[in-house]
Amino acid sequence: MSASNAPATADSVAYIQHHLTNWCIGCDPITHQPRNMIDFNAFFVDAFLWSVGLAALFAFFAWRLGRSLRIENPSGFQNLIEGIVEFVNQQVKDIFPNAPPIVGPLGLTVFVWIFMMNAMDLVPVDLLPKIASLFGDHVLGMDPHHVYFKVVPTTNLDVTFGLSLVVFGMVLWYSIKNKGPIGYPKQLLTHPFGVWGAPANLLLNGVEELAKPISLSLRLFGNMFAGELLFTLIALLPWWAQWPLGGGWAIYHILVVLLQAFIFMLLTIVYLALASQESH
Amino acid sequence: MNVTATLFGQMLTFAILVWFIKAVLWEPMLKMLDERRKRIADGLAAAESGHREKQTAEDRAKEIIQDAKGQAAEIIGNAQTRAGEIVEGAKDDARKESERLLAASKAQMDQEVNQAKDGLRKQVVALAIEGAEKVLMHEVNAAEHNKALEKLAARL
Repeated sequence: MSASNAPATADSVAYIQHHLTNWCIGCDPITHQPRNMIDFNAFFVDAFLWSVGLAALFAFFAWRLGRSLRIENPSGFQNLIEGIVEFVNQQVKDIFPNAPPIVGPLGLTVFVWIFMMNAMDLVPVDLLPKIASLFGDHVLGMDPHHVYFKVVPTTNLDVTFGLSLVVFGMVLWYSIKNKGPIGYPKQLLTHPFGVWGAPANLLLNGVEELAKPISLSLRLFGNMFAGELLFTLIALLPWWAQWPLGGGWAIYHILVVLLQAFIFMLLTIVYLALASQESH
Repeated sequence: MNVTATLFGQMLTFAILVWFIKAVLWEPMLKMLDERRKRIADGLAAAESGHREKQTAEDRAKEIIQDAKGQAAEIIGNAQTRAGEIVEGAKDDARKESERLLAASKAQMDQEVNQAKDGLRKQVVALAIEGAEKVLMHEVNAAEHNKALEKLAARL
């Protein structure tokens, strides 16, 4: 399969499928997919490596900056990070007054990490998989067709659910902490229809609570997956059509990349603020 | 589009990253920003008080200059008065001195005239005595007598 040139139509499906397949340990050896919808024997190495790598990059720069903060005459990089930190802090103050001290760093981490992972979408769509396949072919002696390498971690459900479930865990923790181990279940059972509507209340509140992590992760996943898919579709076009379309979509996608990171951060803060409110 | 064991790795990574960012970036940076805010506020307050101090200092300087001008004018006035007095005094002194000198020279002249007169008187007496001796020794010759007396008188 010629990945970088416009392949024949018959190859297109294979090309896209190849692009959308993860480097997986413990997957079905023929389909390269996990055997079930939920399969904890499978492990997506590429998504994990990229997300952890970007996390390590962020952590490294944060550590280096944190050690050399200057009150006077800050560097350009410090100015940039100060701007982001103050922006996130302002959001937290506006949405969630008297927030617990973890909310700010949580918002900042969500915003920057998701932004970095989304931004991997802007790397030319064939570049890193091509390098990986050449590496697999010539260094590891693998069949290059069996080197799967997805570079955008947020096009992977595990990554987005990993984020949203941590947020959901914190929502539950703060709900119980603020409403009490009895008050919170009681609220789930008795609002909004009173004691006698308990099953309906539980259903309603359960859906409402569960919708939070699911909507968080699926929104991010859907946006980034669609963006990635569109890049691979553009890569199938003749070379002269790739430049304007790919360029235009990439410029528009910068907005999506930033916006999705921002929305995730904002909703994280909102959910935690709701969890800490007194029951109405 | 499956959920796999990667999920747990992600959750762990996320939790560690949040904790790490809180410790190394968020808290030091907010502390630094607070400190900077405080420093800027202090600086502005210092500038404000400095400005006020400058204002009062300027006012004081104006006052002092005003006083100095007044004093200088007074001193010049006094000096002029005193100079006038000194000139007047000097003129007075000079006049008195000249009068005194004039009086002294007059007195000296008078004294000299008197001395001359005394000398002449003594000579006249001596001459008179001489004349009388001559008259007595050469018998009294009226004509000669007269002649001698006339000579005597001529010498007075």
